[in-house]
Amino acid sequence: MRVAFVFGWQMSRKIEGTMSSPVISGATAHPSPASSPAPAAEVIGVAKSFGAVQALRAVDLTLYPGETHALLGENGAGKSTLVKILAGIHLPDEGEIRISGQAVTLRSPLEARAHGIAVIHQHPTLFPDLDVAENIFMGRQPRGRFGQIDWSAMRAEVDRLLAPLGVGFDSSTPVQGLAIADQQLVEIAKALSLDARILIMDEPTASLSAREVERLFAIVRRLRDHGVAILFVSHRLEEVFALADRITIFRDGARVITAPASDLTLEATIQHMVGRQLQTLFPKEPAEIGDVVLRVEQLTRAGVFHDVSFELRRGEILGLFGLIGAGRTEVARVLFGVDRADSGTIHLDGKQVSLTSPAVALQLGIGYVPEDRHRQGLLLPFPIASNVTLPILPRLSRLGIVNRPKERDLAAEFARRLQVKAAGVEQAVAALSGGNQQKVVLAKWLAANPRVLILDEPTRGIDIGTKAEVHHLISRLAVQGLAILLISSELPEILGMADRVLVMHEGRITGIFDRDEADQERIMYAATGQARIPA
Amino acid sequence: MTRLARWETLLAALLVALFAIGIATSDVFLRGSNFSLIASSTMEKAVMALPMTLIIIGGEIDLSVASTAGLASAVVGKSWEAGWPLWLCLVTALVVGAACGLLNGLLVTRLGLPSLVVTLGTLALYRGLASVLLADSAISNFPAGFTRFGFGKIGGTGIPWTLLVFLPLFVIFAVLLHATWIGRQLYATGTNPEAARFSAVRVANLKLGLFVISGVLAALAGIMYTARVSSSRADNAIGFELDVIAAVLLGGVSIFGGRGTLFGVLLSLAAIATLRNILALNSSNAELQSIAVGSLLILSVLGPNLVRRLRGAQPGRLAGSRSARMAEAGD
Ligand SMILES: Nc1ncnc2c1ncn2[C@@H]1O[C@H](COP(=O)(O)OP(=O)(O)OP(=O)(O)O)[C@@H](O)[C@H]1O
Ligand SMILES: [Mg+2]
Repeated sequence: MRVAFVFGWQMSRKIEGTMSSPVISGATAHPSPASSPAPAAEVIGVAKSFGAVQALRAVDLTLYPGETHALLGENGAGKSTLVKILAGIHLPDEGEIRISGQAVTLRSPLEARAHGIAVIHQHPTLFPDLDVAENIFMGRQPRGRFGQIDWSAMRAEVDRLLAPLGVGFDSSTPVQGLAIADQQLVEIAKALSLDARILIMDEPTASLSAREVERLFAIVRRLRDHGVAILFVSHRLEEVFALADRITIFRDGARVITAPASDLTLEATIQHMVGRQLQTLFPKEPAEIGDVVLRVEQLTRAGVFHDVSFELRRGEILGLFGLIGAGRTEVARVLFGVDRADSGTIHLDGKQVSLTSPAVALQLGIGYVPEDRHRQGLLLPFPIASNVTLPILPRLSRLGIVNRPKERDLAAEFARRLQVKAAGVEQAVAALSGGNQQKVVLAKWLAANPRVLILDEPTRGIDIGTKAEVHHLISRLAVQGLAILLISSELPEILGMADRVLVMHEGRITGIFDRDEADQERIMYAATGQARIPA
Repeated sequence: MTRLARWETLLAALLVALFAIGIATSDVFLRGSNFSLIASSTMEKAVMALPMTLIIIGGEIDLSVASTAGLASAVVGKSWEAGWPLWLCLVTALVVGAACGLLNGLLVTRLGLPSLVVTLGTLALYRGLASVLLADSAISNFPAGFTRFGFGKIGGTGIPWTLLVFLPLFVIFAVLLHATWIGRQLYATGTNPEAARFSAVRVANLKLGLFVISGVLAALAGIMYTARVSSSRADNAIGFELDVIAAVLLGGVSIFGGRGTLFGVLLSLAAIATLRNILALNSSNAELQSIAVGSLLILSVLGPNLVRRLRGAQPGRLAGSRSARMAEAGD
């Protein structure tokens, strides 16, 4: 490692003094960083590049015990890169990491863990073939008297960890079938089980709905009050202001500012992130709502969802809201031909259809942006262009031969429309930041030009500026006559975009609201299965 | 892709080195007759390697190819013995090959069984059927035209007829794999079958089709073998699957699917054939030959990994979450 030990104690003190002098935020009631002055972790002048891409430029960051510190920035700003450096996955090119004042080199996730750092990554990294408990205690299972794995102790401990998270699975559930949100919860439980002094979370809430987020935050606050230093990345700014004591903002790999959350307004935060004024709320354009395109009747998949019926019209955006496990993605999978329904019918343009595979669904004009981009949405080692064109490749071919220039142009066109930040369409998707990967999935299904588009959490992990762009795009597609089923766990997104809102709870539809009668309270009541809104 | 390009460069260098050794150690090496010997003895395996490459890139494997070839050989012999016209014997053998492939494909795609297990089973099954047909007998009274196809040369050129079968097939497969949307879908399937399916790739049909093609070409290889040795026996082409898979893997095709090129496989076929030829010219025994080929195979699997490791931990780390997972697994 090329870390020069030029930064003595004095030096780092001075840096700390200048960069975040207003450490104490008067408004907060919990122990403020000032009362525990020794930093838990310091990042000093860290730079990292991947080939020609400078992901981080000499960034500084200090984490105090007992603070929650939010790390913000646009897609590709370098947040995950810093997280991965602290997790021991990447080595910095320059600069230094200190843990409790001690300079350290984090060469592997194991070493990071040994220094008391627990990390929840942006994309879950679980073993699908193992169960929840085995994943959580991978490699450090509790041992019995003869060195054998103490299964009952392990399961009891895991169930104890899971209880406050309010999950719908237990320690012996195989990870294989878990939804992405549940996988995220397993990652969280795993991190909690480490009893770390530093907890780092990269978009932990991206796939969680309000209730799980509240539970997670309660746990995080308790950890903070016990002196754990917490760094978290999020694109949901309301959450950031609800949880963070201090905020650090990155732009293009450099730190723009570190300040107490109470000193920053939402507008100022956004401006620091994007470096310009920005319209963050996109007003939905009124679209002409036409004939019924998709009609679903009494659709049932035993044990997953029951008697789901609805209609979707040309130009309509139908919101589908629900908590984790409500069965929204499961319905979408049937509509895209991934799974089969046990009973019920699906009509397209009045004709009953049998959706036996995604290929058939696409032929009938149905597109689906899946929620799990790494498992279902992308071929990570493939270039952007091949990812975007994969579903429509036969259309870009003559006599079976792919027309590469045409393919590249088409991909470039959609990558540009969605503002994918990349060196070019030949770049591998694996090297993109999480938000930019999501844009590639969107580009892929827009390029397929479907008549019915199912969007499953389309803006997950997308930064606030681009999110407004994506909303604009969805709205424009509806104006052009596309029928859109928008699945989202973000209530503001549903309320802002949907013409009608369908609410599911435990596999059943518990509410349908028109745009003007949909409000937060009604939807949440339906989503939690409560019968009626108190008058 | 750059890694593979580099692997192919390495293979080309290996081939050149083998040629140099060949020239240095034997004065018949450069003769035209030796060349046709190298070529004709490799053609059956080369033909089987074409669909095998596609199947492995698609994330599956077909261990039953040599048994299918053996069964096809038995079918040719038995039906010829029964007095059928030769063309009908050959067509029947190809149809039987297709049926063998279809069975493999159906078991893999409809029942969701791992192809390793399925084709290990049919490896025994198809060979067993060949034995049932022929028992210990051998049929060898084939017409001269047929056997000339097996070991004869075109005019006075020294180019074996069977090479003329292989070359167009190679071109067809190379175009299919590297230029068509089917080839792209195949790489996608081998890389991440779930994501491929979610991208409207008909993964099951694709695989089923490949297994059928593999069966047909295995039968064709069986016919070529029968013609070359002028004999139909139940144990014809036995053990060829290992050489075929070895050639494909040495060619830079990843056993985990999603990576590799037919050009690499062509180079590796040439390299293995040349190596065997050199050993034979220097009168080494069959055991030594298979030791040499086996070592080459181990090298081919270790090679790319070693190269990656030597280049430092960096590329592995680029995979991010994957390497995190590995690191977790390692503790
Ligand atoms: N393994 C890699 N190889 C090449 N470039 C990379 C790699 N990982 C990240 N990058 C690049 O570094 C930059 C920063 O990426 P990073 O993942 O840190 O962004 P981020 O701030 O986490 O964004 P997001 O909000 O989208 O998750 C991006 O331009 C990205 O393309
Ligand atoms: Mg990120």
